[in-house]
Amino acid sequence: MRDVAVIGIGCTRFGEKWESSFRDLFVEAGALALADAQLSGEKIDAMYVGNMSAGRFIEQEHIGALIADYAGLSTHHIASTRVEAACASGGLAFRQAVIAVASGMEDIVVAAGVEKMTDVEPGASTDTLTGAADREWEGFVGATFPGLYAMIATDYMHRYPLTREQLAQVAVKNHYNGARNPIAQYQQEITIDTVLKSTMVAEPLRLFDCSPITDGAAAVIVAPLERAKEFTDTPIRVLASAQASDTITLHDRRDISTLDATVAAGQRAFKKAKLSHKDIDMVEVHDCFSIAEICAIEDLGFCRKGTAGKFTADGETALGGKIPVNTSGGLKACGHPVGATGIKQVCEIVQQLRGEAGKRQVDGAKIGMTHNVGGTGATVAVHILGRA
Amino acid sequence: MTVARFWRKIPQRYNLIGTRCERCGRHFFPPRTFCPDCRRAGKIVNHKFAGTGTVVTYTVIHTANEQFEAYTPYVLAIIRLDEGPRMTAQIICSPKDVKIGMRVKSTFRRIATDGDSGIIHYGTKFIPAE
Repeated sequence: MRDVAVIGIGCTRFGEKWESSFRDLFVEAGALALADAQLSGEKIDAMYVGNMSAGRFIEQEHIGALIADYAGLSTHHIASTRVEAACASGGLAFRQAVIAVASGMEDIVVAAGVEKMTDVEPGASTDTLTGAADREWEGFVGATFPGLYAMIATDYMHRYPLTREQLAQVAVKNHYNGARNPIAQYQQEITIDTVLKSTMVAEPLRLFDCSPITDGAAAVIVAPLERAKEFTDTPIRVLASAQASDTITLHDRRDISTLDATVAAGQRAFKKAKLSHKDIDMVEVHDCFSIAEICAIEDLGFCRKGTAGKFTADGETALGGKIPVNTSGGLKACGHPVGATGIKQVCEIVQQLRGEAGKRQVDGAKIGMTHNVGGTGATVAVHILGRA
Repeated sequence: MTVARFWRKIPQRYNLIGTRCERCGRHFFPPRTFCPDCRRAGKIVNHKFAGTGTVVTYTVIHTANEQFEAYTPYVLAIIRLDEGPRMTAQIICSPKDVKIGMRVKSTFRRIATDGDSGIIHYGTKFIPAE
Protein backbone atom coordinates (compact mmCIF):
# COMPACT_ATOMS: atom_id res chain seq x y z
CA MET A 1 0.00 0.00 0.00
CA ARG A 2 1.21 3.50 -0.82
CA ASP A 3 1.17 6.47 1.55
CA VAL A 4 -1.45 9.05 0.54
CA ALA A 5 -1.44 12.82 0.89
CA VAL A 6 -4.01 15.59 0.52
CA ILE A 7 -2.62 18.11 -1.99
CA GLY A 8 -5.56 20.47 -2.40
CA ILE A 9 -8.77 21.55 -0.68
CA GLY A 10 -11.76 23.70 -1.61
CA CYS A 11 -15.03 24.52 0.05
CA THR A 12 -17.94 26.79 -0.84
CA ARG A 13 -19.49 29.08 1.74
CA PHE A 14 -22.18 27.01 3.51
CA GLY A 15 -25.71 28.31 3.92
CA GLU A 16 -29.11 28.76 2.31
CA LYS A 17 -27.79 29.49 -1.15
CA TRP A 18 -30.88 30.41 -3.14
CA GLU A 19 -28.73 31.80 -5.97
CA SER A 20 -26.65 28.63 -6.44
CA SER A 21 -27.70 25.37 -8.06
CA PHE A 22 -26.37 21.89 -7.26
CA ARG A 23 -24.07 22.20 -10.28
CA ASP A 24 -22.83 25.66 -9.30
CA LEU A 25 -21.91 24.38 -5.85
CA PHE A 26 -19.72 21.44 -6.83
CA VAL A 27 -18.05 23.31 -9.70
CA GLU A 28 -17.10 26.09 -7.27
CA ALA A 29 -15.67 23.69 -4.68
CA GLY A 30 -13.83 21.63 -7.30
CA ALA A 31 -12.28 24.70 -8.92
CA LEU A 32 -11.08 25.95 -5.53
CA ALA A 33 -9.46 22.58 -4.77
CA LEU A 34 -7.73 22.42 -8.18
CA ALA A 35 -6.44 25.98 -7.78
CA ASP A 36 -5.20 25.12 -4.29
CA ALA A 37 -3.25 22.15 -5.68
CA GLN A 38 -2.11 24.19 -8.71
CA LEU A 39 -3.38 21.31 -10.77
CA SER A 40 -5.11 21.31 -14.11
CA GLY A 41 -8.21 19.20 -14.49
CA GLU A 42 -6.86 16.82 -17.12
CA LYS A 43 -4.43 15.38 -14.53
CA ILE A 44 -7.34 13.89 -12.60
CA ASP A 45 -7.64 10.12 -12.86
CA ALA A 46 -10.80 9.52 -10.86
CA MET A 47 -13.41 11.14 -8.67
CA TYR A 48 -15.60 9.99 -5.77
CA VAL A 49 -18.59 12.14 -4.87
CA GLY A 50 -20.43 11.95 -1.57
CA ASN A 51 -24.09 12.78 -1.93
CA MET A 52 -26.99 11.58 0.17
CA SER A 53 -30.12 12.34 -1.74
CA ALA A 54 -29.96 14.42 -4.91
CA GLY A 55 -32.75 12.11 -6.05
CA ARG A 56 -35.15 13.55 -3.50
CA PHE A 57 -33.66 17.01 -3.03
CA ILE A 58 -33.39 17.96 -6.72
CA GLU A 59 -34.78 14.86 -8.49
CA GLN A 60 -31.41 14.14 -10.06
CA GLU A 61 -29.59 10.81 -9.99
CA HIS A 62 -26.41 9.77 -11.84
CA ILE A 63 -24.39 12.36 -9.92
CA GLY A 64 -20.95 10.92 -10.69
CA ALA A 65 -21.16 11.52 -14.43
CA LEU A 66 -23.00 14.83 -14.01
CA ILE A 67 -20.22 16.23 -11.85
CA ALA A 68 -17.42 15.02 -14.13
CA ASP A 69 -19.28 16.58 -17.07
CA TYR A 70 -19.85 19.99 -15.47
CA ALA A 71 -16.30 19.98 -14.12
CA GLY A 72 -15.34 20.07 -17.82
CA LEU A 73 -13.92 16.56 -17.81
CA SER A 74 -16.35 14.73 -20.09
CA THR A 75 -13.79 14.45 -22.89
CA HIS A 76 -11.27 12.90 -20.47
CA HIS A 77 -13.69 10.12 -19.55
CA ILE A 78 -12.46 9.89 -15.96
CA ALA A 79 -13.87 7.28 -13.58
CA SER A 80 -16.44 9.14 -11.48
CA THR A 81 -18.42 7.37 -8.75
CA ARG A 82 -21.15 8.50 -6.39
CA VAL A 83 -20.85 7.29 -2.79
CA GLU A 84 -23.87 7.23 -0.46
CA ALA A 85 -24.07 6.57 3.27
CA ALA A 86 -26.53 9.26 4.38
CA CYS A 87 -24.70 11.96 6.38
CA ALA A 88 -21.45 9.94 6.15
CA SER A 89 -21.41 10.03 2.34
CA GLY A 90 -18.56 12.56 2.29
CA GLY A 91 -16.41 10.63 4.73
CA LEU A 92 -16.85 7.48 2.68
CA ALA A 93 -16.07 9.31 -0.58
CA PHE A 94 -12.80 10.51 0.97
CA ARG A 95 -12.02 6.97 2.12
CA GLN A 96 -12.70 5.57 -1.36
CA ALA A 97 -10.33 8.14 -2.87
CA VAL A 98 -7.65 7.23 -0.32
CA ILE A 99 -8.10 3.52 -1.06
CA ALA A 100 -7.86 4.14 -4.82
CA VAL A 101 -4.53 5.96 -4.44
CA ALA A 102 -3.14 3.70 -1.70
CA SER A 103 -3.81 0.61 -3.80
CA GLY A 104 -1.88 1.99 -6.76
CA MET A 105 -4.94 1.86 -9.02
CA GLU A 106 -5.08 5.65 -9.45
CA ASP A 107 -2.74 8.59 -8.87
CA ILE A 108 -4.64 11.89 -8.71
CA VAL A 109 -8.11 11.46 -7.24
CA VAL A 110 -10.77 13.98 -6.24
CA ALA A 111 -12.99 13.30 -3.24
CA ALA A 112 -15.94 15.66 -3.22
CA GLY A 113 -19.20 16.07 -1.37
CA VAL A 114 -22.25 18.10 -2.29
CA GLU A 115 -25.80 18.59 -1.11
CA LYS A 116 -28.44 21.07 -2.29
CA MET A 117 -31.11 20.88 0.41
CA THR A 118 -33.13 24.09 0.11
CA ASP A 119 -34.79 23.43 -3.25
CA VAL A 120 -37.55 21.51 -1.42
CA GLU A 121 -39.92 22.63 1.36
CA PRO A 122 -38.58 22.20 4.93
CA GLY A 123 -41.08 19.38 5.62
CA ALA A 124 -39.81 17.47 2.60
CA SER A 125 -36.15 17.89 3.58
CA THR A 126 -36.88 16.62 7.11
CA ASP A 127 -38.68 13.64 5.62
CA THR A 128 -35.81 12.89 3.22
CA LEU A 129 -33.35 12.93 6.11
CA THR A 130 -35.53 10.40 7.94
CA GLY A 131 -34.45 7.98 5.21
CA ALA A 132 -31.04 7.85 6.94
CA ALA A 133 -32.77 5.86 9.68
CA ASP A 134 -35.07 2.84 9.18
CA ARG A 135 -38.00 4.09 7.13
CA GLU A 136 -40.18 1.04 7.85
CA TRP A 137 -39.64 0.75 11.61
CA GLU A 138 -38.61 4.22 12.76
CA GLY A 139 -39.87 6.78 10.24
CA PHE A 140 -43.18 4.96 9.71
CA VAL A 141 -44.20 5.25 13.38
CA GLY A 142 -43.42 8.96 13.63
CA ALA A 143 -39.72 9.12 14.41
CA THR A 144 -37.83 12.18 13.17
CA PHE A 145 -34.07 12.55 13.15
CA PRO A 146 -34.06 15.00 16.06
CA GLY A 147 -36.47 12.59 17.79
CA LEU A 148 -34.04 9.68 17.52
CA TYR A 149 -31.12 11.71 18.87
CA ALA A 150 -33.45 13.07 21.56
CA MET A 151 -34.00 9.47 22.70
CA ILE A 152 -30.22 9.09 22.97
CA ALA A 153 -30.19 12.27 25.09
CA THR A 154 -32.98 11.01 27.37
CA ASP A 155 -31.16 7.71 27.90
CA TYR A 156 -27.82 9.46 28.45
CA MET A 157 -29.19 12.00 30.94
CA HIS A 158 -30.96 9.24 32.86
CA ARG A 159 -27.71 7.30 33.31
CA TYR A 160 -24.96 9.92 33.44
CA PRO A 161 -24.49 13.38 34.93
CA LEU A 162 -25.27 15.74 32.04
CA THR A 163 -27.15 18.96 32.68
CA ARG A 164 -29.27 20.80 30.14
CA GLU A 165 -26.82 23.74 30.41
CA GLN A 166 -23.80 21.52 29.71
CA LEU A 167 -25.53 20.17 26.63
CA ALA A 168 -26.24 23.72 25.44
CA GLN A 169 -22.56 24.56 25.88
CA VAL A 170 -21.78 22.29 22.89
CA ALA A 171 -23.78 24.62 20.62
CA VAL A 172 -22.41 27.76 22.29
CA LYS A 173 -18.82 26.57 21.73
CA ASN A 174 -19.52 25.57 18.11
CA HIS A 175 -21.10 28.95 17.34
CA TYR A 176 -18.04 30.66 18.87
CA ASN A 177 -15.86 28.71 16.43
CA GLY A 178 -18.26 29.27 13.53
CA ALA A 179 -18.03 33.02 14.13
CA ARG A 180 -14.33 32.65 13.29
CA ASN A 181 -14.84 30.61 10.11
CA PRO A 182 -15.51 32.58 6.91
CA ILE A 183 -17.33 29.65 5.23
CA ALA A 184 -19.67 28.95 8.17
CA GLN A 185 -23.44 29.21 7.71
CA TYR A 186 -23.82 30.94 11.10
CA GLN A 187 -21.08 33.35 12.10
CA GLN A 188 -22.76 34.67 15.23
CA GLU A 189 -21.92 33.78 18.79
CA ILE A 190 -24.79 32.62 21.01
CA THR A 191 -25.28 32.10 24.75
CA ILE A 192 -26.64 29.19 26.77
CA ASP A 193 -29.83 31.21 27.06
CA THR A 194 -30.17 31.30 23.25
CA VAL A 195 -30.28 27.51 23.27
CA LEU A 196 -32.55 27.12 26.30
CA LYS A 197 -35.10 29.63 24.97
CA SER A 198 -35.20 28.26 21.42
CA THR A 199 -38.16 26.28 20.06
CA MET A 200 -38.61 22.77 21.45
CA VAL A 201 -38.05 20.22 18.66
CA ALA A 202 -37.94 16.83 20.41
CA GLU A 203 -37.54 16.81 24.17
CA PRO A 204 -34.97 17.50 25.53
CA LEU A 205 -33.51 18.87 22.26
CA ARG A 206 -34.33 22.42 21.14
CA LEU A 207 -33.73 24.14 17.82
CA PHE A 208 -30.23 25.29 18.80
CA ASP A 209 -29.27 21.71 19.67
CA CYS A 210 -29.83 20.80 16.01
CA SER A 211 -27.67 21.28 12.93
CA PRO A 212 -29.41 23.27 10.17
CA ILE A 213 -30.52 22.54 6.60
CA THR A 214 -27.64 23.68 4.41
CA ASP A 215 -26.48 23.97 0.80
CA GLY A 216 -22.81 23.49 0.14
CA ALA A 217 -20.00 21.55 -1.48
CA ALA A 218 -16.43 20.65 -0.62
CA ALA A 219 -13.63 18.92 -2.51
CA VAL A 220 -10.18 17.60 -1.71
CA ILE A 221 -7.51 16.15 -3.98
CA VAL A 222 -5.40 13.19 -2.92
CA ALA A 223 -2.22 11.84 -4.49
CA PRO A 224 0.59 9.43 -3.63
CA LEU A 225 2.74 11.00 -0.90
CA GLU A 226 5.87 10.48 -3.02
CA ARG A 227 4.39 12.76 -5.72
CA ALA A 228 2.77 15.30 -3.39
CA LYS A 229 5.66 17.80 -3.51
CA GLU A 230 5.03 18.25 -7.24
CA PHE A 231 1.83 20.05 -6.31
CA THR A 232 2.22 21.62 -2.89
CA ASP A 233 4.81 22.64 -0.32
CA THR A 234 2.50 21.55 2.47
CA PRO A 235 1.17 18.07 1.71
CA ILE A 236 -0.95 16.60 4.50
CA ARG A 237 -0.50 12.89 5.04
CA VAL A 238 -3.42 10.50 5.58
CA LEU A 239 -2.25 8.54 8.62
CA ALA A 240 -5.33 6.32 8.91
CA SER A 241 -8.67 5.68 7.24
CA ALA A 242 -11.27 3.59 9.04
CA GLN A 243 -14.93 2.79 8.56
CA ALA A 244 -17.45 0.80 10.60
CA SER A 245 -21.13 -0.12 10.52
CA ASP A 246 -23.84 -0.95 13.07
CA THR A 247 -27.57 -1.66 13.15
CA ILE A 248 -29.66 0.69 11.01
CA THR A 249 -32.15 1.30 13.85
CA LEU A 250 -31.29 3.02 17.08
CA HIS A 251 -33.43 0.58 19.08
CA ASP A 252 -31.31 -2.43 18.05
CA ARG A 253 -28.03 -0.96 19.35
CA ARG A 254 -26.18 -2.73 22.15
CA ASP A 255 -26.19 0.54 24.13
CA ILE A 256 -28.41 3.50 23.19
CA SER A 257 -25.88 6.09 24.39
CA THR A 258 -22.79 4.56 22.76
CA LEU A 259 -22.15 4.58 19.03
CA ASP A 260 -20.32 1.26 18.76
CA ALA A 261 -19.44 2.07 15.14
CA THR A 262 -17.63 5.19 16.38
CA VAL A 263 -15.78 3.11 18.96
CA ALA A 264 -14.80 0.52 16.32
CA ALA A 265 -13.75 3.02 13.65
CA GLY A 266 -11.84 5.11 16.20
CA GLN A 267 -9.93 2.11 17.55
CA ARG A 268 -9.11 0.88 14.05
CA ALA A 269 -7.83 4.32 13.04
CA PHE A 270 -5.66 4.72 16.15
CA LYS A 271 -4.25 1.21 15.67
CA LYS A 272 -3.45 1.83 11.99
CA ALA A 273 -1.75 5.16 12.74
CA LYS A 274 -0.03 3.74 15.87
CA LEU A 275 -1.38 6.73 17.81
CA SER A 276 -3.70 7.37 20.76
CA HIS A 277 -6.22 10.10 21.55
CA LYS A 278 -3.41 11.96 23.36
CA ASP A 279 -1.63 12.53 20.03
CA ILE A 280 -4.59 14.33 18.42
CA ASP A 281 -4.35 18.13 18.41
CA MET A 282 -7.94 18.80 17.23
CA VAL A 283 -10.90 16.78 16.02
CA GLU A 284 -13.89 17.45 13.80
CA VAL A 285 -16.74 15.30 15.14
CA HIS A 286 -20.23 14.74 13.76
CA ASP A 287 -22.34 17.07 15.94
CA CYS A 288 -25.59 16.75 13.99
CA PHE A 289 -27.16 17.32 17.43
CA SER A 290 -25.52 18.56 20.62
CA ILE A 291 -25.86 15.13 22.25
CA ALA A 292 -24.03 13.60 19.27
CA GLU A 293 -20.88 15.58 20.11
CA ILE A 294 -21.13 14.47 23.74
CA CYS A 295 -21.26 10.80 22.67
CA ALA A 296 -18.59 11.24 19.97
CA ILE A 297 -15.83 12.64 22.17
CA GLU A 298 -16.42 9.82 24.67
CA ASP A 299 -16.69 7.07 22.07
CA LEU A 300 -13.45 8.26 20.40
CA GLY A 301 -11.74 8.12 23.79
CA PHE A 302 -11.12 11.82 24.47
CA CYS A 303 -12.91 11.53 27.82
CA ARG A 304 -14.54 8.76 29.86
CA LYS A 305 -18.18 7.74 29.30
CA GLY A 306 -20.45 9.99 31.27
CA THR A 307 -17.97 12.84 31.68
CA ALA A 308 -18.30 14.77 28.38
CA GLY A 309 -20.78 17.28 29.82
CA LYS A 310 -18.37 18.48 32.48
CA PHE A 311 -15.44 18.19 30.04
CA THR A 312 -17.30 20.54 27.66
CA ALA A 313 -18.45 22.95 30.38
CA ASP A 314 -14.86 23.14 31.66
CA GLY A 315 -13.76 24.39 28.24
CA GLU A 316 -11.63 21.37 27.39
CA THR A 317 -13.20 21.08 23.91
CA ALA A 318 -12.95 24.82 23.16
CA LEU A 319 -10.09 26.54 21.31
CA GLY A 320 -7.22 26.52 23.80
CA GLY A 321 -8.66 23.51 25.66
CA LYS A 322 -7.20 20.01 26.02
CA ILE A 323 -8.71 18.85 22.71
CA PRO A 324 -10.36 21.52 20.54
CA VAL A 325 -13.48 19.95 19.00
CA ASN A 326 -15.12 21.26 15.82
CA THR A 327 -12.94 24.29 15.23
CA SER A 328 -14.89 24.79 11.97
CA GLY A 329 -18.05 25.43 13.98
CA GLY A 330 -19.09 21.83 13.43
CA LEU A 331 -22.31 20.81 11.77
CA LYS A 332 -24.17 23.12 14.16
CA ALA A 333 -22.65 26.46 13.15
CA CYS A 334 -20.69 25.73 9.96
CA GLY A 335 -23.78 23.97 8.58
CA HIS A 336 -24.58 20.46 7.44
CA PRO A 337 -25.01 19.92 3.70
CA VAL A 338 -25.13 16.20 4.43
CA GLY A 339 -23.07 14.77 1.56
CA ALA A 340 -20.45 17.55 1.85
CA THR A 341 -19.91 17.43 5.62
CA GLY A 342 -17.35 14.61 5.67
CA ILE A 343 -15.22 16.40 3.06
CA LYS A 344 -15.55 19.77 4.82
CA GLN A 345 -14.20 18.11 7.98
CA VAL A 346 -11.09 17.05 6.05
CA CYS A 347 -10.74 20.59 4.63
CA GLU A 348 -10.86 22.03 8.16
CA ILE A 349 -8.22 19.66 9.53
CA VAL A 350 -5.96 20.30 6.51
CA GLN A 351 -6.29 24.06 7.06
CA GLN A 352 -5.38 23.60 10.72
CA LEU A 353 -2.36 21.42 9.89
CA ARG A 354 -1.13 23.93 7.32
CA GLY A 355 -1.52 26.72 9.86
CA GLU A 356 -4.09 28.47 7.67
CA ALA A 357 -7.07 28.46 10.05
CA GLY A 358 -6.87 32.16 10.93
CA LYS A 359 -8.68 33.19 14.12
CA ARG A 360 -9.53 29.58 14.98
CA GLN A 361 -5.99 28.24 14.50
CA VAL A 362 -4.86 25.60 17.00
CA ASP A 363 -1.27 26.49 17.91
CA GLY A 364 1.31 23.99 16.67
CA ALA A 365 -1.26 21.61 15.20
CA LYS A 366 0.47 18.47 13.93
CA ILE A 367 -2.16 15.73 13.92
CA GLY A 368 -5.93 15.99 13.46
CA MET A 369 -8.91 13.67 13.22
CA THR A 370 -12.28 13.61 11.45
CA HIS A 371 -15.38 11.67 12.54
CA ASN A 372 -18.36 11.44 10.18
CA VAL A 373 -21.58 9.59 11.09
CA GLY A 374 -24.36 8.25 8.88
CA GLY A 375 -27.85 8.02 10.40
CA THR A 376 -27.89 7.51 14.15
CA GLY A 377 -24.59 5.64 13.98
CA ALA A 378 -25.11 2.89 11.40
CA THR A 379 -22.07 4.10 9.44
CA VAL A 380 -19.01 5.88 10.79
CA ALA A 381 -15.86 7.04 8.99
CA VAL A 382 -12.81 8.18 10.94
CA HIS A 383 -9.65 9.65 9.43
CA ILE A 384 -6.39 10.76 11.00
CA LEU A 385 -4.30 13.32 9.14
CA GLY A 386 -0.85 14.69 9.93
CA ARG A 387 1.79 17.05 8.64
CA ALA A 388 3.91 15.20 6.08
CA MET B 1 -46.73 4.55 0.11
CA THR B 2 -48.17 2.07 -2.40
CA VAL B 3 -50.77 -0.43 -1.24
CA ALA B 4 -48.44 -3.39 -1.85
CA ARG B 5 -45.67 -1.90 0.26
CA PHE B 6 -48.06 -1.37 3.15
CA TRP B 7 -50.02 -4.61 2.68
CA ARG B 8 -47.02 -6.93 2.83
CA LYS B 9 -46.17 -5.68 6.33
CA ILE B 10 -49.71 -5.94 7.74
CA PRO B 11 -48.98 -9.00 9.93
CA GLN B 12 -46.07 -7.21 11.61
CA ARG B 13 -47.70 -3.80 11.87
CA TYR B 14 -51.17 -4.95 13.03
CA ASN B 15 -50.41 -8.04 15.10
CA LEU B 16 -46.73 -7.84 16.08
CA ILE B 17 -45.81 -10.97 14.15
CA GLY B 18 -42.02 -11.21 14.30
CA THR B 19 -39.67 -14.14 14.06
CA ARG B 20 -37.69 -16.43 16.33
CA CYS B 21 -34.62 -18.56 15.71
CA GLU B 22 -35.49 -22.12 16.80
CA ARG B 23 -31.81 -23.00 17.10
CA CYS B 24 -30.80 -20.33 19.65
CA GLY B 25 -34.21 -19.09 20.84
CA ARG B 26 -33.54 -15.43 20.04
CA HIS B 27 -36.60 -13.34 19.07
CA PHE B 28 -36.69 -10.71 16.34
CA PHE B 29 -38.97 -7.75 15.93
CA PRO B 30 -39.11 -6.34 13.30
CA PRO B 31 -38.75 -9.82 11.82
CA ARG B 32 -35.43 -11.00 10.47
CA THR B 33 -35.08 -13.90 8.07
CA PHE B 34 -31.42 -14.43 8.99
CA CYS B 35 -30.23 -15.01 12.58
CA PRO B 36 -27.14 -12.84 13.28
CA ASP B 37 -25.91 -15.38 15.87
CA CYS B 38 -26.54 -18.72 14.13
CA ARG B 39 -26.23 -17.33 10.63
CA ARG B 40 -26.93 -20.03 8.00
CA ALA B 41 -27.32 -22.72 10.67
CA GLY B 42 -30.27 -20.84 12.19
CA LYS B 43 -33.91 -21.86 11.70
CA ILE B 44 -36.29 -18.90 11.55
CA VAL B 45 -40.01 -19.30 12.34
CA ASN B 46 -42.81 -16.76 12.84
CA HIS B 47 -43.58 -15.63 16.36
CA LYS B 48 -46.50 -13.57 17.66
CA PHE B 49 -45.30 -11.19 20.36
CA ALA B 50 -47.36 -10.72 23.53
CA GLY B 51 -47.26 -6.94 23.10
CA THR B 52 -46.11 -6.16 26.63
CA GLY B 53 -42.90 -4.36 27.40
CA THR B 54 -40.94 -1.64 29.18
CA VAL B 55 -39.92 1.87 28.12
CA VAL B 56 -36.14 2.05 27.50
CA THR B 57 -35.99 5.71 26.46
CA TYR B 58 -38.36 8.31 25.01
CA THR B 59 -38.86 11.78 23.62
CA VAL B 60 -41.78 14.11 23.05
CA ILE B 61 -41.92 15.19 19.39
CA HIS B 62 -42.89 18.84 18.93
CA THR B 63 -41.67 19.30 15.34
CA ALA B 64 -42.85 16.38 13.22
CA ASN B 65 -42.56 15.19 9.64
CA GLU B 66 -45.46 16.30 7.42
CA GLN B 67 -47.64 13.22 7.99
CA PHE B 68 -47.46 13.58 11.76
CA GLU B 69 -47.83 17.34 12.16
CA ALA B 70 -51.46 17.06 13.27
CA TYR B 71 -50.50 14.81 16.20
CA THR B 72 -47.86 16.96 17.95
CA PRO B 73 -46.83 16.89 20.70
CA TYR B 74 -46.67 13.08 20.83
CA VAL B 75 -44.61 10.62 22.85
CA LEU B 76 -42.16 8.45 20.93
CA ALA B 77 -40.29 5.69 22.72
CA ILE B 78 -38.02 2.70 22.39
CA ILE B 79 -39.75 -0.22 24.07
CA ARG B 80 -38.16 -3.49 25.15
CA LEU B 81 -40.68 -6.24 24.45
CA ASP B 82 -40.80 -8.89 27.17
CA GLU B 83 -39.48 -11.48 24.70
CA GLY B 84 -36.28 -9.42 24.30
CA PRO B 85 -36.23 -7.29 21.15
CA ARG B 86 -36.68 -3.54 21.21
CA MET B 87 -38.87 -1.47 18.90
CA THR B 88 -39.69 2.18 18.28
CA ALA B 89 -43.33 3.21 18.74
CA GLN B 90 -45.60 5.97 19.98
CA ILE B 91 -47.06 5.80 23.49
CA ILE B 92 -50.55 7.17 23.96
CA CYS B 93 -50.23 9.10 27.21
CA SER B 94 -49.66 12.61 28.46
CA PRO B 95 -46.07 13.76 27.78
CA LYS B 96 -45.61 14.37 31.51
CA ASP B 97 -46.53 10.79 32.43
CA VAL B 98 -43.95 8.90 30.36
CA LYS B 99 -41.00 7.48 32.33
CA ILE B 100 -38.06 5.18 31.72
CA GLY B 101 -38.97 1.73 33.06
CA MET B 102 -42.73 2.30 32.62
CA ARG B 103 -44.68 -0.84 31.72
CA VAL B 104 -46.67 -0.60 28.46
CA LYS B 105 -48.89 -2.81 26.30
CA SER B 106 -49.60 -2.70 22.57
CA THR B 107 -52.77 -1.42 20.99
CA PHE B 108 -54.02 -1.18 17.40
CA ARG B 109 -54.22 2.43 16.21
CA ARG B 110 -54.14 4.70 13.20
CA ILE B 111 -50.55 5.87 12.65
CA ALA B 112 -50.84 8.35 9.76
CA THR B 113 -52.53 8.97 6.42
CA ASP B 114 -51.14 9.52 2.93
CA GLY B 115 -52.79 12.90 2.36
CA ASP B 116 -56.56 13.33 1.97
CA SER B 117 -57.15 10.49 -0.50
CA GLY B 118 -54.24 8.12 0.18
CA ILE B 119 -54.24 4.95 2.24
CA ILE B 120 -54.59 5.11 6.01
CA HIS B 121 -51.63 3.58 7.84
CA TYR B 122 -52.67 1.47 10.81
CA GLY B 123 -50.24 -0.15 13.17
CA THR B 124 -49.14 -0.62 16.75
CA LYS B 125 -48.92 2.03 19.43
CA PHE B 126 -48.55 1.43 23.15
CA ILE B 127 -50.53 2.50 26.21
CA PRO B 128 -49.47 2.51 29.88
CA ALA B 129 -50.06 -0.94 31.41
CA GLU B 130 -50.28 0.05 35.06
